[in-house]
Amino acid sequence: MNFVDFLLQHSPALIVAIPLLGAFLTPLVSRINNKVRNIFVIIILLITTSIVLLLALDVFAGNIHTYIFGAKDLTLPVVRILFEVDAMSAFMAIIGSILLLVSVIYSWSFIEENSGLDKYYTLVLLLAAGMFGMMLTGDMFNFFVFLEITSIASCALIAFWTNKGKAVEAAFKYIVISSLAALFVLFAIALLYGQYNALNIAVLGSVIQFSYLDKIALVLLVAALAMKAGIVPMHMWLPDAYGRAPASVTIILVGATQASLYGVFRVCFTLYGNTINLSPTSIGWIIVLLGVITMLIGVSMALIQSDFKRLIAFSAVAEIGFIFLGIGTGLTLFANNQMFGLIGSTAMSGGIFHIINDSLDVGLLFLVAGAVYYATKETSLDKMGGLARNMKYTTIFFIIGLLAISGIPPMNGFASKLLIYESTFQLNPILAIVAILSSIMLLAVFVKVFHSVFLGPAQPKFKDVKEVPKTMLFAMGIIASIIIIFGLFPDLVINNIVEPAVNALINYSEYIRQVIPTFTGGF
Amino acid sequence: MSIFESLLNTFETGSGFWNPIVWLVVILIVFLIIHILRGFGNKNYKVDTEQTKPFLSGNPEYSKEKMHIKGSNLYWGFTESLKWIFDNLNKMHTGNTSDYVLWFVIIISVLFLVVGLI
Repeated sequence: MNFVDFLLQHSPALIVAIPLLGAFLTPLVSRINNKVRNIFVIIILLITTSIVLLLALDVFAGNIHTYIFGAKDLTLPVVRILFEVDAMSAFMAIIGSILLLVSVIYSWSFIEENSGLDKYYTLVLLLAAGMFGMMLTGDMFNFFVFLEITSIASCALIAFWTNKGKAVEAAFKYIVISSLAALFVLFAIALLYGQYNALNIAVLGSVIQFSYLDKIALVLLVAALAMKAGIVPMHMWLPDAYGRAPASVTIILVGATQASLYGVFRVCFTLYGNTINLSPTSIGWIIVLLGVITMLIGVSMALIQSDFKRLIAFSAVAEIGFIFLGIGTGLTLFANNQMFGLIGSTAMSGGIFHIINDSLDVGLLFLVAGAVYYATKETSLDKMGGLARNMKYTTIFFIIGLLAISGIPPMNGFASKLLIYESTFQLNPILAIVAILSSIMLLAVFVKVFHSVFLGPAQPKFKDVKEVPKTMLFAMGIIASIIIIFGLFPDLVINNIVEPAVNALINYSEYIRQVIPTFTGGF
Repeated sequence: MSIFESLLNTFETGSGFWNPIVWLVVILIVFLIIHILRGFGNKNYKVDTEQTKPFLSGNPEYSKEKMHIKGSNLYWGFTESLKWIFDNLNKMHTGNTSDYVLWFVIIISVLFLVVGLI
């Protein structure tokens, strides 16, 4: 076995273990000096990203990876955890790794003047381990553990600027909401474990009956994870947390939110996939409805914000609505083979493509907001103006983010939204109308920001403002480049990354068969 | 199919199609036409003279800060006409953690109803 094969075989474990080990080593490395620590953290995340890409290449080729921690033999009473990586998990891990890597590059200059950076980087790596764990695990209880790790690390990072009272308040709200969500997830897991004596997602998916208790578990899991994903009306923690955390943290929080979103889809499609025909009222319609409400309320609230980051946070809420709408449409038609083939799969492709687009677009805009704050120490739109003169590159990155999030061609957001509009129109035209209206309002929201922050006459108070350091520009440049590439070559992205993820979600029987080869049910 | 050919592929959406490269070429042509038309403009004005100052019906120009329309003032007509919606949305966002939890409880109850548990 050569080194690459060895790496590939152990990749599911390494993707979580390397950041975790890095987290514990960071305080020690910090003792040398700050530059070495920063390089160390970037190297840790570069290695992790490389392994994620290596694993993803293999998984997208059609191989589902399983990795067993603990007992290998199932005949004894066993204690073991199983990681199972299919194309959907790999797709999410790619998103997570891009956001993390960009965040630490951006952090180099953005927070260099703060104290406690050893703790900051430790928490970032801990958050990385938790996030990857949520995306790769095949075990419900393990998912809960990683959810908790992610929540605790996120909470501490939101409160990183402890000198600002509102950051601490936002972190408090975040931990209350996260603890509540985790508690309900744990309760749902207990209900499933009590009935089926199993915690593995594939095992549970093969035996689940859609009993009364299963329905309770489904509601608790969907509601709790949807709250963590920022679905309206349970989104209110999100603008607080996103708005108050440093921009370099906010971009990772976007990834953590997407991990919860992934949890909702894993539960609906894989855990409950085998019982979808038994559902009296399709859970898909609930997700569609929540998506529509999320889009409308998110974008309406964004329109009336005057704080830059809070405005982007509400737009991020609206974007999650688009994802829910696309995937909910797919789920609604999941039990109808013919309709799913005609409309559902397109909607799913749009929804899943939009997960990565949303992460990149919102992530870039948060980094721009951070850059503006870094240069001016202002977050209020009412106190800014004319910055395009002083911050040319940041302005260009903002324009790219603006066009992408509003779904303007040829940026990436257009391709995914086009798929969502088309498919939802065929399910119900009103859904497509609401989606298009929300996109137009998103454009209005960011045109407002563009005018207030970057256009207008030069403000005397900003005459000394300079462009942000090169590491911050480089970080924004990475995301902007991916946005443009995804926008120009959507066919390439859909065929090679999105379609495998869609197929992984809908072919839940393949996921189950990796653990239980005798499983005969399925789509 | 070569990588280059696959990059130029038209993206089929099921009911329609989308090719960003064609769109980009069209946009470049439009920009070129705009640039040519702009070239016919008058180039004889003098920079940093009265010619380039804004004319505000003979009134003096305000200071730079006052000239800039603030973010909160944009879309005033739209937000004012839909004030009742925005007021209610604002009321919903109390910032109180207990209310956040209350919304979670409400959604769980609704889901219980929809899934047929109650």
